[in-house]
Amino acid sequence: MTDSKYFTTTKKGEIFELKAELNSDKKEKKKEAVKKVIASMTVGKDVSALFPDVVNCMQTDNLELKKLVYLYLMNYAKSQPDMAIMAVNTFVKDCEDPNPLIRALAVRTMGCIRVDKITEYLCEPLRKCLKDEDPYVRKTAAVCVAKLHDINAQLVEDQGFLDTLKDLISDSNPMVVANAVAALSEIAESHPNSNLLDLNPQSINKLLTALNECTEWGQIFILDCLANYTPRDDRESQSICERVTPRLSHANSAVVLSAVKVLMKFMEMLPKDLDYYGTLLKKLAPPLVTLLSAEPELQYVALRNINLIVQKRPEILKHEMKVFFVKYNDPIYVKLEKLDIMIRLASQANIAQVLAELKEYATEVDVDFVRKAVRAIGRCAIKVEQSAERCVSTLLDLIQTKVNYVVQEAIVVIKDIFRKYPNKYESVIATLCENLDSLDEPEARAAMIWIVGEYAERIDNADELLESFLEGFHDESTQVQLQLLTAIVKLFLKKPTETQELVQQVLSLATQDSDNPDLRDRGYIYWRLLSTDPVAAKEVVLAEKPLISEETDLIEPTLLEELICHIGTLASVYHKPPSAFVEGSRGVMHKRLPLGGDIGGSPAMGAGFGAAPAVMPASLNAPVGGGLGDLFDLGGGVGMPMGAYIPPKTVWLPAMKAKGLEISGTFARRAGVIQMELVLTNKAMSVMTDFAIQFNRNSFGLAPAGPLQVLTPLGPNQTIEVSLPLSTVGPVMKMDPLNNLQVAVKNNIDVFYFSCQYPISMLFVEDGKMERQVFLATWKDIPNDNESQFQIQDCHLNSDAASNKLQGSNIFTIAKRTVEGQDMLYMAIKLSNGIWVLAELKMQAGNPNYTVSLGTRRDGEQHY
Amino acid sequence: MIHSLFLVNSSGDIFLEKHWKSVVSRSVCDYFFEAQERASEPENVPPVIPTPHHYLISVLRHRIYFVAVIQSEVPPLFVIEFLHRVVDTFQDYFGVCTEAAIKDNVVVVYELLEEMLDNGFPLATESNILKELIKPPTILRTVVNTITGSTNVGEQLPTGQLSVVPWRRTGVKYTNNEAYFDVVEEIDAIIDKSGSTITAEIQGVIDACVKLTGMPDLTLSFMNPRLLDDVSFHPCVRFKRWEAERILSFIPPDGNFRLLSYHVSSQNLVAIPVYVKHNITFREGSSQGRFELTLGPKQTMGKGVEAVLVSSQLPRGVLNTNLNPTQGTYTFDPVTKLLSWDVGKINPQKLPSLKGSMSLQAGASKPDENPTINIQFKIQQSALSGLKVNRLDMYGEKYKPFKGIKYMTKAGKFQVRT
Repeated sequence: MTDSKYFTTTKKGEIFELKAELNSDKKEKKKEAVKKVIASMTVGKDVSALFPDVVNCMQTDNLELKKLVYLYLMNYAKSQPDMAIMAVNTFVKDCEDPNPLIRALAVRTMGCIRVDKITEYLCEPLRKCLKDEDPYVRKTAAVCVAKLHDINAQLVEDQGFLDTLKDLISDSNPMVVANAVAALSEIAESHPNSNLLDLNPQSINKLLTALNECTEWGQIFILDCLANYTPRDDRESQSICERVTPRLSHANSAVVLSAVKVLMKFMEMLPKDLDYYGTLLKKLAPPLVTLLSAEPELQYVALRNINLIVQKRPEILKHEMKVFFVKYNDPIYVKLEKLDIMIRLASQANIAQVLAELKEYATEVDVDFVRKAVRAIGRCAIKVEQSAERCVSTLLDLIQTKVNYVVQEAIVVIKDIFRKYPNKYESVIATLCENLDSLDEPEARAAMIWIVGEYAERIDNADELLESFLEGFHDESTQVQLQLLTAIVKLFLKKPTETQELVQQVLSLATQDSDNPDLRDRGYIYWRLLSTDPVAAKEVVLAEKPLISEETDLIEPTLLEELICHIGTLASVYHKPPSAFVEGSRGVMHKRLPLGGDIGGSPAMGAGFGAAPAVMPASLNAPVGGGLGDLFDLGGGVGMPMGAYIPPKTVWLPAMKAKGLEISGTFARRAGVIQMELVLTNKAMSVMTDFAIQFNRNSFGLAPAGPLQVLTPLGPNQTIEVSLPLSTVGPVMKMDPLNNLQVAVKNNIDVFYFSCQYPISMLFVEDGKMERQVFLATWKDIPNDNESQFQIQDCHLNSDAASNKLQGSNIFTIAKRTVEGQDMLYMAIKLSNGIWVLAELKMQAGNPNYTVSLGTRRDGEQHY
Repeated sequence: MIHSLFLVNSSGDIFLEKHWKSVVSRSVCDYFFEAQERASEPENVPPVIPTPHHYLISVLRHRIYFVAVIQSEVPPLFVIEFLHRVVDTFQDYFGVCTEAAIKDNVVVVYELLEEMLDNGFPLATESNILKELIKPPTILRTVVNTITGSTNVGEQLPTGQLSVVPWRRTGVKYTNNEAYFDVVEEIDAIIDKSGSTITAEIQGVIDACVKLTGMPDLTLSFMNPRLLDDVSFHPCVRFKRWEAERILSFIPPDGNFRLLSYHVSSQNLVAIPVYVKHNITFREGSSQGRFELTLGPKQTMGKGVEAVLVSSQLPRGVLNTNLNPTQGTYTFDPVTKLLSWDVGKINPQKLPSLKGSMSLQAGASKPDENPTINIQFKIQQSALSGLKVNRLDMYGEKYKPFKGIKYMTKAGKFQVRT
């Protein structure tokens, strides 16, 4: 007597028979029929044709039958909206049932029927249920608000359900609180800037109380919500930490990880010398270790997060190296993560153990894992200088195994070790050369060629070795070709007499017989360099190379900080900011770790960091001030008096941080269009393609107006200048500093993040002229606290010249007055988002210092 | 929150789907199947898979993949923990969690999933509450239902859900009141070639079976609570009391539950109960390899080591083996290359050994990798860490319960490298 009987079909139409049974007079038969219908539904059969018959069974006192019909309704109401209306009356009636279980069930099911027409009827019952005397009904209704919001957000707002939901945060029942928090969090995700979860010390207290008493799932919601709060001071921070710490002993790993997130974030605010700080650090290690004894899927997520935690606070797990040792039957995804963390934790104290382990792993079966283990040995050498020698000898041992992929991997990492410690381990080159023939992977071949070229003077038969590669030049991959070209040129510069012929050969292969523009270009450059100025060639080709460091593997600090605030989420698993990839989260705000304990004292910073819109002018001052200074800085006004000020290009993204891609640039305003002028330089060994750019949401809604125009691939050592037009209609979020812009640039290698600051002057629009009267009225309107004053030093311009000059940057002089030998210029600036900034410029003849008073009315503040 | 759930069997068929919000087409699982194809072993399928519009988070249990579909940012651990809870509930209800059992009880499964999540939010996941809402199918109940026409859906409001002890159902009555606790420790260890310990740690749990009438309030104290510095508790345990007095005080759920799990880390000295002497060698140019393995007891606190099972994944080059065990039986699967030796009990006077030769592919070079030996064993009546319960007391009820505490040590991931 199992449910599988529901799957047996009869020869006659199945639907037909079910229909007959559903309309049977016998209760028992009806129920069996509904069960059959549900069974068909679960396996994906279409039984929607039975809709009216099933709905007819709804009015029953039998709870199971009712539930089954509800199940069916939820699945098919969407495809039969008109029929679903038939069910509404029963729902409304059930919402008044004396049994709270039925009330809850009705409101819960109604919310799951995703039909617009039904939602209208849902409002009244829902309102009642939100205020029901029974907490079970209230907590179900809280979730129902989230459901309704998903179907019709406007309706939920109009009906004031959001406020009712907020009230439920203060409910006496912890489960109701938890569900209200969960519902609000979900709604907040689709509402970027709403203050739905407006947290203050009182509500925090409520949440912390509910935290102790609600279910494990509720605890997760509450902890995740707590993590969004920024405590006022270190004392509040400590008291929250104290109340969250017990959650670290919870059996549910998701609760543990959410608690870790809260603690990691609030710890930032605790003074480091506090006893409690040390205690907290100690308390964090055991639960993290425990996560690693759970099922492999949990381990994987835990490991990805531990990877972040170890980068942020290595001290927490520094004594726990052994728990990351790989067991041979761990799934591969766990093995690879453990390996990564082992390297991060490697230090002088434990390096011997780590190396012994890595060597063991290098003899395992799984090829991917073995490769990564060999790479790990190289990374250890680069990270722990004292261990470099031991690492090199371990690698040599591995090369002796003659296992093809081990040898190749080892050669690639030895190249990196050479780059980190030049002139130290070259004695091993002979051993490497023995394995030349077995190298068949481009990366290993390129690495070997690099080594031969770099140390050509120490390898007697370097020319023979390189020549042997040259035979199949056209069959090699670009990476190897480029490397071979450079290596032979190096060899020539070192031993010019014997290798003339070889270099001729490679240059002609590269320039005449190749279709690859990168290779051709590099060939020509070398050729010309060599033929015009061999000394210069030497300087260029044999220039001292920057040392590589371990940092290349680390996550960029601002990203790391953001990810720490997102511990336990998908973002933390992918190590990417949440805005970068999750579809439903358009509204995700960038989270920052709170600043250290000493911030309280500085009022200026307080004003600058405050999130309240009223302080906008105060924080504007800094960038505007700096910008104005710059505008004058152009000084003598030679070349282009009418042009707008363009700051010089600065390096935004050093090549070290972006796998060889260097980006420098500036901003300019040309013909009313804001341009981002970028210079991309490829300092890596391989070609870069597929460039794309994206901005994070920023204060003035800057966004690329078109794609990044890098059409040709960017070869090694190539540079390209691109100009990217920007629009100001993108999504807005207040940044700090105000003119900060976070940029992501993608290429075929990876995605890189950097942030830069744009001069505020480029946002000054051309129609910024103001009527005198309007100006006067506005000037008077500006509240005092929106005004600020500062001085511009050392500027030798008279008032007319200054006014002309500023006009070039869209700062318009509205009026001019001379009072007691002082020239007063009154100027207006309009920002791209419609905010007016008014300025008064006082200049005294002969005094190079100007005084500027700035003010802005609260125009356009609704943008913030 | 959690959008949908798909159950996929080992041959890659979706045999059940459940949607808590709008319906997500099952074609989303194609991404999962791709990953499954790429994985060399079934357990190597990555637990989090991104697709253009969704994320797939999966666990593999009892050779069934439980694939959850999510659309927005949801903590992956939350999803994985929930999936585990689903597996546990199925097992609890149907005795086993297999494709056949799920298909046989598909309506109950559907009802359960509906109760466990509402719009993707967990609703009732405690087995005590679920059983009040939906009665587990038993043969007797099925018969009774057919005769009386009653149903397996409870008529009551799940009262436990609202009380301060949401994990315990109310109105519990037993004629025999009993409370049994099992202290079970698993030792995870990696032993290197030379026999020295690389890491060893103990994962311990205290599982309880409590069948007590009414609302009993229990306390459990230990002889050496100092050992428990890294613990995870069932929500019923009063944390403050533990912090202050190192006493476990709790109102237990009804029936079987895990009271706490603990971890004795590698920094404490962990006793290793068995040792292995091994000699597995391949010679270059020879098509034969030698295999010798001897087991012996080490630090067992005077208790016997039983249910010993040795297994090892031999290198791919091994065609067959010809081995002689001094006791027990051994098998070698020439396809998967898995050697397993069911040893049974270790007799300290006559140590069990397995000796003989392996035949290799003729002409092939000697295998690169060294096989790792996996050992399972049990030691009754002792917890390896030395943890001991001092006393168990009951308050709040008048009757005298039967009490019992059992100890056991097992091998977890106990691996010896060769």
